Amino acid sequence: MPVERVDPELVEFDVRTDEMLINMGPQHPSTHGVLRLVLRTDGEVVSSAAPHIGYLHRCAEKIGENVSPRQWIPYTDRMDYLAGMNMNLGWAMTVEKLMDLEVSEKTRHLRVIVCELNRIASHLVAAGTYGLDLGSFTPFLYCFREREKILNLFEAVCGARLTYSYIAPGGLIADLPPGWLEACERCLGELQAVVPELHAMLTSNEIFIRRTAGVGVLSPEMAIDYGCSGPVLRGSGVKWDLRRDGQPPVARMYEDYRFEVIAQVDGSYPRDQEYPPVPPEAVVGDCWHRFYVRMLEVVQSIGLVRQAIEHYRRSAGPVSEPIKITQKLPRGEAYLETEAPKGQMGFLVVGDGTAIPWRVRARSSCFCNLSVLTEISRGCLLADIPAILGSLDIVLGEIDR
Amino acid sequence: MIAEYLTTRFGLPEWLACGGVALVQCLILLGIMMFAAALFTWMERKVAGRIQDRLGPTRVGGRFGWLQSVADGVKLLAKEDLIPGEADGLLFRLAPYVSFCAAFCVYLALPFSNGWVAQHLNVGVFFIVAIAGLEVFGVILGGYSSASKWSLYGAMREAAQVVSYEVPLGLCVVIPVMVAGTLDLVAIGNMQRGWGVNWLVFHNPFLFITFFIYALCTLASTNRAPFDLAEAESELVAGFLTEYSGFRWSVFFMAEYGSMYAMSGLGAILFLGGWHGPIPLAEMLGLSYANHAVLGWLGDLLGAGNFLCKAFLGVAAMMWLRWTLPRLRIDQVMTTCLKYCVPLAAAMFVGTMLWTYALPGGLLPRSTPLGAVAEAPPWTAPRAARGERP
Amino acid sequence: MEVGLILDKLKQRFGERILGADLEAADPSIEIAPAALAEVARILRDDPPLRFDYLHCITGVDYVQPDAKKAKSFPWEVHFELLYHLSSMAHRHRLVLRIKLPRWQGGVEGQLPEVPTVSHLWRTADWHEREVFDLSGVRFAGHPDLRRILCPEDWQGHPLRKDYKTAEEYHGIRTR
Repeated sequence: MPVERVDPELVEFDVRTDEMLINMGPQHPSTHGVLRLVLRTDGEVVSSAAPHIGYLHRCAEKIGENVSPRQWIPYTDRMDYLAGMNMNLGWAMTVEKLMDLEVSEKTRHLRVIVCELNRIASHLVAAGTYGLDLGSFTPFLYCFREREKILNLFEAVCGARLTYSYIAPGGLIADLPPGWLEACERCLGELQAVVPELHAMLTSNEIFIRRTAGVGVLSPEMAIDYGCSGPVLRGSGVKWDLRRDGQPPVARMYEDYRFEVIAQVDGSYPRDQEYPPVPPEAVVGDCWHRFYVRMLEVVQSIGLVRQAIEHYRRSAGPVSEPIKITQKLPRGEAYLETEAPKGQMGFLVVGDGTAIPWRVRARSSCFCNLSVLTEISRGCLLADIPAILGSLDIVLGEIDR
Repeated sequence: MIAEYLTTRFGLPEWLACGGVALVQCLILLGIMMFAAALFTWMERKVAGRIQDRLGPTRVGGRFGWLQSVADGVKLLAKEDLIPGEADGLLFRLAPYVSFCAAFCVYLALPFSNGWVAQHLNVGVFFIVAIAGLEVFGVILGGYSSASKWSLYGAMREAAQVVSYEVPLGLCVVIPVMVAGTLDLVAIGNMQRGWGVNWLVFHNPFLFITFFIYALCTLASTNRAPFDLAEAESELVAGFLTEYSGFRWSVFFMAEYGSMYAMSGLGAILFLGGWHGPIPLAEMLGLSYANHAVLGWLGDLLGAGNFLCKAFLGVAAMMWLRWTLPRLRIDQVMTTCLKYCVPLAAAMFVGTMLWTYALPGGLLPRSTPLGAVAEAPPWTAPRAARGERP
Repeated sequence: MEVGLILDKLKQRFGERILGADLEAADPSIEIAPAALAEVARILRDDPPLRFDYLHCITGVDYVQPDAKKAKSFPWEVHFELLYHLSSMAHRHRLVLRIKLPRWQGGVEGQLPEVPTVSHLWRTADWHEREVFDLSGVRFAGHPDLRRILCPEDWQGHPLRKDYKTAEEYHGIRTR
């Protein structure tokens, strides 16, 4: 029976069976929260995947218009709840940009320490859950075991393990407790030893490579067009990292740090660390590369924390005090993006001369990263959907805000 | 034998005697299977725990949490019995038992030691492979009748996967059968008597490779990771098990563990010497029917221990793989089967055929059995061989 | 390229439709007429010395003080503003496009203001325009699929408007 091609977006198949619409989520083990994907499938082949979001919308921006910047810090924690420090940092620096505040050297380096540690923690969750998406349960627990150590460090710093509210506009709520840096260095040493283990279980595992290499290929042009950022963008071979290329406040924060932006350019990754070889099946921009960039960034961040500890030890004076809750904001607007683990997290603040911002806007990196899913999952297999979704490393708290 | 005894001694009618004996045997086997399933659930948790750098169950029943399975069983029995409103009630209820029966029937023809088998069939291998393949019907029924798209996916995957893997699995099973020249599992086991070099896996290089193909196909046909596509929890929620809970779910579960153990046992008999250990201890100690019936029985007991250990190790290896590897994709599973396993198994078949023609004795010199050659007690021979009505 | 130079370039090309600029602010911005948005955006993206290839964010800001008591000290005139944060990876420069709209089309309450879409130029805009439509209530003409994105499809009103009032209940669920 000849089948009329109704929708040009459909992928042509040799054998056509009845199409099925299937809801993946909002309660599904591998949608990383309450995401709903409506899949149109023909047997095992997915002809289109449409994300439906909003199940975790908590009106963060509206709340931000009713509280002062200090009071909004806990709400930023709950956006990307796997990287609360980086969310705090993004908002704090945006408000500092609006108020034209400078923080002390010690504060700057301490912020680098906690943010890079949080980046490691976030990437560990990404790597672990990615293993889970591909049916390999064990790396998940290895990653969480290591993440626990980082959370213990954070607990010692600010008393919280997930929603830190540690970085505030103008400074930090507290300095480090005694003995913390030594504990941190021990933790980094242990972390460094675990990375090869994860490489063995995932990155260079034959089945893992076959599941991820060449799947969900995102070209650099498309990545930029869709506003992708973070490891998703760099996995496509775009050398772009706000820690180096960002607006002055962000780039200045990492001013005297040595690091290479991790992206495959001209067929190779920066050679500043040991890493397993890129398998021949992998194409730049596929799931494997996105995962790989994250794994390399873990090692990179370990190095950055080490440097930051050195800087911190050398810098004198106290850490900067945060602004008061009732601190009045100047009239005007400021927009700033920082390099969060999942991508470029942007905040906009419009001040009207009172302590309460007139308008607050959070530009979520995962929001843009997720929007590319429909495009790169066209014509893939059902089992590739978790693989692609996992490689985008989304957090619904940040997408829905 | 016991049935005959009961008939002649107590004058019971034959049907009653046979029925009674069959019932007892079934209950014993059911006990073994249930125990195996309980043991393996517990072991799976412990193995997974250890692999993942944690402890696994520690509380229930003392130190090692060894009563965890019992606690689980009680929990599952106490759960609400849920049947989705849209489901086909009859098939939904029937499905777990179809799977379970198929898994259980395999045990009927599986010898645990020299002659220790519920139903000694001279086509034992054939029977087991045929029956084990029926398990998939339960899964398909369950997936179809659940009225859930995820379940349907799981069922369709299982159907595609298991049916395809029956082909290389069958080929792999035929190869040792060809070398042994019989489909009788007791005979196949007994011809591997002696030192470990007599095991069929070491008979020739082709059989050696065949063993690994068999192991792979076993993983696929029992639905174990990395081939657990039918219940792939990250893709299909829980596949065909999505809508099942409580007791019916646990029946599926027992069927899975039961058939894992059975397939592992079949592999042990076909390739790894069955109930004969690497060192012929029983023969060294003179535990054979030639010396005394009790000694012979002890030797068989030792053999049963041997067999159980081997099958147990096979299951442990399956668990080890499950907690180490990611899952394959459906097209990769089918590719593995059709492009690699089937041609390879076929090549091994031809290779073994040529080999047995050229070198009938095998690659390594067969060690001669120590001491008196212990023949199986006469009552363990298949009925047909004894000139009786089968 | 400096924002001043970009402004000159755009002024040459679009003349009157470039309404103004704020070059002193932390984020220099150029204000353009709503109707010219798609054309200006195309030039910004495609002109080789400009190459604004990355759209970061689209924000709708509602400038109105619904509280009559505070309205006297309200520092802005009543209007609605759209902000487009752009940057160029190739040239490493940034720009904010500002568009001032009436709060309601033709001053009729409930009639959403309209601007041309840029989702065909930057795919980022696809979801961002849906979000602005959903939360701030701006209609993007020519958008391929302008639906609510964060709120439920049958939600009433646009929550980030300053005069938004939460409905008493939603499908029988009390919201307050």
